[in-house]
Amino acid sequence: MKTKRILGILTAIMMLSVLSLGVPASAQDEIVINVVGMDQAGMTPEELDEIARLFEEQNPGVRVETSYVLYDGLHDLLVTSISSEPPAFDVVLVDDIWYAEFVDAGWLLDVTDRITDEMREGIFEAAWDITTVNGRVYGMPWLLDQKYFFYNTRLLEEAGFEEPPRTWEEVEEMSRVMKEMGLVEYPMIWSWAQIEAVICDFVTLLYGNNAEFFDENNQPVFNSPEGVEVLEWMVRMIDEGLVNPASITSAEEDVRNVFSQGQAAFATNWVYMYDLTQDPEESQVVGEVGMALMPVFESALEEGILSATIDGSMGYSVTAGSEHPDEAWAFIEFLTSEPIQIEYSAHQLPIWEDAFESEDLIALNPVTVPMFAEQFPWSHVRPKVPYYNEASRIIQVAIQEALTHAATPQEALDNAVEQILEVAAEYED
Amino acid sequence: MSDKAKNFIWRAFLYFCMLILLLLIFAPLAWLFISSISTRAELLSVPPHWWPHEPTLQNYLDILAPTETTSRTARNFRYALTNSIIVSGTVTLVSLIVGSLAAYAFARLRFRFRRSALLAFVSLRMLPAISIVIPLYVVLRGAGLLNTRTALILVYLSFTLPFVIWIMTSFFQSIPMELEDAARVDGCSRLGALWRVIIPVSRPGLVATGVFAFLLAWDEFFFALLFTSTPDAKTVPVAIAEFTGRHAIDFSAQATGGVLAAIPPVILALIFQRYIVQGLTAGAIKG
Amino acid sequence: MAPNGRRLSDYIRRLGNLEMNEGAFALILILPSVILTLGLILWPLANTFVMSLHESNLARPQRQDFVGFQHYIHFLGNRMFWETIGRTFYFTFVSVGIELVLGIAIAMLISAKLKGWRFLRTAVIIPWAVPTIVNGAIWRWIYNADYGALNGLLLQLGLIDKYIAWLVEPHRAMNLVILADVWHSAPFVVLIISAALVSLPVELYDAASIDGANGWQRFTRITLPLLRPAILVVLVIRTVEAFRVFDIIYIMTRGGPVNGTMVISYLTYQETFSYLHLGRGSALSFIVSAFIFLLALLYVKVLYTEDVAV
Repeated sequence: MKTKRILGILTAIMMLSVLSLGVPASAQDEIVINVVGMDQAGMTPEELDEIARLFEEQNPGVRVETSYVLYDGLHDLLVTSISSEPPAFDVVLVDDIWYAEFVDAGWLLDVTDRITDEMREGIFEAAWDITTVNGRVYGMPWLLDQKYFFYNTRLLEEAGFEEPPRTWEEVEEMSRVMKEMGLVEYPMIWSWAQIEAVICDFVTLLYGNNAEFFDENNQPVFNSPEGVEVLEWMVRMIDEGLVNPASITSAEEDVRNVFSQGQAAFATNWVYMYDLTQDPEESQVVGEVGMALMPVFESALEEGILSATIDGSMGYSVTAGSEHPDEAWAFIEFLTSEPIQIEYSAHQLPIWEDAFESEDLIALNPVTVPMFAEQFPWSHVRPKVPYYNEASRIIQVAIQEALTHAATPQEALDNAVEQILEVAAEYED
Repeated sequence: MSDKAKNFIWRAFLYFCMLILLLLIFAPLAWLFISSISTRAELLSVPPHWWPHEPTLQNYLDILAPTETTSRTARNFRYALTNSIIVSGTVTLVSLIVGSLAAYAFARLRFRFRRSALLAFVSLRMLPAISIVIPLYVVLRGAGLLNTRTALILVYLSFTLPFVIWIMTSFFQSIPMELEDAARVDGCSRLGALWRVIIPVSRPGLVATGVFAFLLAWDEFFFALLFTSTPDAKTVPVAIAEFTGRHAIDFSAQATGGVLAAIPPVILALIFQRYIVQGLTAGAIKG
Repeated sequence: MAPNGRRLSDYIRRLGNLEMNEGAFALILILPSVILTLGLILWPLANTFVMSLHESNLARPQRQDFVGFQHYIHFLGNRMFWETIGRTFYFTFVSVGIELVLGIAIAMLISAKLKGWRFLRTAVIIPWAVPTIVNGAIWRWIYNADYGALNGLLLQLGLIDKYIAWLVEPHRAMNLVILADVWHSAPFVVLIISAALVSLPVELYDAASIDGANGWQRFTRITLPLLRPAILVVLVIRTVEAFRVFDIIYIMTRGGPVNGTMVISYLTYQETFSYLHLGRGSALSFIVSAFIFLLALLYVKVLYTEDVAV
């Protein structure tokens, strides 16, 4: 009988908890727009939720249901959720590098005719490249981002440096001095985990050494002598203890944590990091963070390349099977409208060109806005090929092989190029 | 050295082992709990604060008693808890009913292919989820069942059902034939005997199997990861996995989710400890 | 309600009283299970095989070209595939091996009935009940390179002089994942072996004591042989589970660094849901099934030849 009583109690507890926890409520006459965004760089989920609430207030009868995942889970989530009928999401955040694949699969709504002249002319021309495939537009550019160079001003001062470094050779030299002075154990932190982030850093360094990632015909060429030099430099920095060895398992958020705790003098990250390093709840380096043009290697500087970085832009799109495409598009329009983009510019900058002349924007972001204008001309995109995800994974492993001495940089990159050509061959039809 | 001294040293050594063991069991759990009541800033301190200077229950409040300003992530975790309870509960109930019927037949009735059919069920339990996930995914997608609890309940039956059949068969076999025969003589039908005699007697078995099936369903991650992506059906393991990556900064939130996710199975396991051990022995060893 | 309920029970009684032959009755009882099993396991399994003979892409499901065994041939000649299989076996054997030895040792410790043994027996069950995903999250946090408890502890004890990035080196990452798995799964071994220990005949030990056998001899000559069936069962169950490991890899390392923790289930997941290669993913998953099927056969053989019958 004891069992029965325990079972009874347990059942009661369970019923109660189910009742009290509740389920996502949905009224009959309400239109629900399911949105998936990213819980990483760019606007924070809290900011996006706020925007969603504003939109709901202005559009009675429409409810916006938001979900957030990490960047590294986003691609796989999208392919398993938007290919269904009806898709799980109406509005999806798509990375620059996935547009080719998703459009190829027919998962995104062609919105070419919904783009107004005002949008076409007001938004950065380069931004449209993100969401355009074969001349058709499949979404609104949203996150216009690139990697920036951050440094800890206090550490640099203590080491006796007045100016931030312009070249990677200077970065290396300064790091060595700081390490020897005992100011910081590992002067540099990077995001070199086996994820897309390592590609971003690698591409940044590649173009900074006057090398190319993929050529204009979308052929992989990163195993050029300059490319190999870059990877050799990365390996050497880890071996000499100038780069934090935890970089090999770090993503952008790890970089931010280490840098925010004052445990690194140099870091690269997306624009969102700056504002968060100035938040005393998140950071111990408030007021000690400088941003500078991303350095390049000396040889490139001599050829007039002042800087090089990676373009990491993303767009918001409506899924092809969405049951409420008009409401979904209305939400995207709202999300990307100029006033909203200016108001929520702390962690990502607007896509609207004239916003950068607005004094509001500059007043809100006195450091990042001028930096954007200076850095953007030196930004490089990754190739738009339908097999990008697979190619990227191959290069991630190759880089890590070299970093952990499982292969020499030359071997690793040659091998990666060979494998990518094999994959590419499978897509030729 | 005398035997007595030897014995003393040996016992001291055993106590020492026991101590270490308990430490190894509880330290990670304690750290999970401590992390859940720490602020983000304290979690990032070097060296760690083994006990937070300013412990806070805010993370728990966010999930269990959300207000207007609570983040949607915390709110969605509540939905995930609900989904997990509903899915695991339903799966347990359905597989107990359906599985016990089959188990009764395997244990009590004589028919052709009895042995081979039972063996087939036993070996199906071994199949990895990955070998059936792709067609299931394609079918569920076609039927518009992705992101529904129904889909998870159906799919979870694929591993709880063979399990229930397997364990309940051995339970039924351990019940003396005479009990049932006596009932039949008293005028009970077959079903009547099953309902009035066999089921009450095998209640410990049913409880153990049910708890076990519940734990299996609660723990399941792979199907849930692929078949659910919205708060409508997402379960607790998926919700927790999505916290990672921001692990340093948000680990306090993730740890809170972890504590909440671990409480139901741990309590069940502790309450039904005796039954689980019995069930395991009966099911695993007697086959 | 009452009359209705009455009629229903009457109906059921009559149904049972029909005294149909046992075979038909058995069929009725088994049918729901068979239908569910066919639909949820066997049909998908067959479908996986058919799909593995085709070239198809999740992005373009309408296009399916028959390619025969090409995917299988592709993998059998692929270095990465064999490395992954090797890693999966490493994970399986090392984790199961440690769990077994540790599990038996802990079970023996419990059976020594020192003060507090009941508490120990209860405590041991807890790690097993903690969900796998939570387990992975705990250990990932403990191993964290910059803020982890492991680094903090070792540093304060003076065992290391600076923080170590534990999951950076591929082999070490694998071993640390195994450690996390052992914490979670060794209790299962303890549970089963403990239960088996309780049912061992006491007389044998008394006889052995009279013969003057010492503790270790009693353990190796009496206990272990008697535990054989239980050990075999645990061995096979854990081997099968370890071979299909996915959850803990997904949450702790995602197969990295340098594919150091890339196991076969994760590779299959990646091939199917990151690269969208349905055909190739199906072939991989069918290969996994084949390995597991062999293990399952072994299991059935062990179960039903060891002086136990169905």
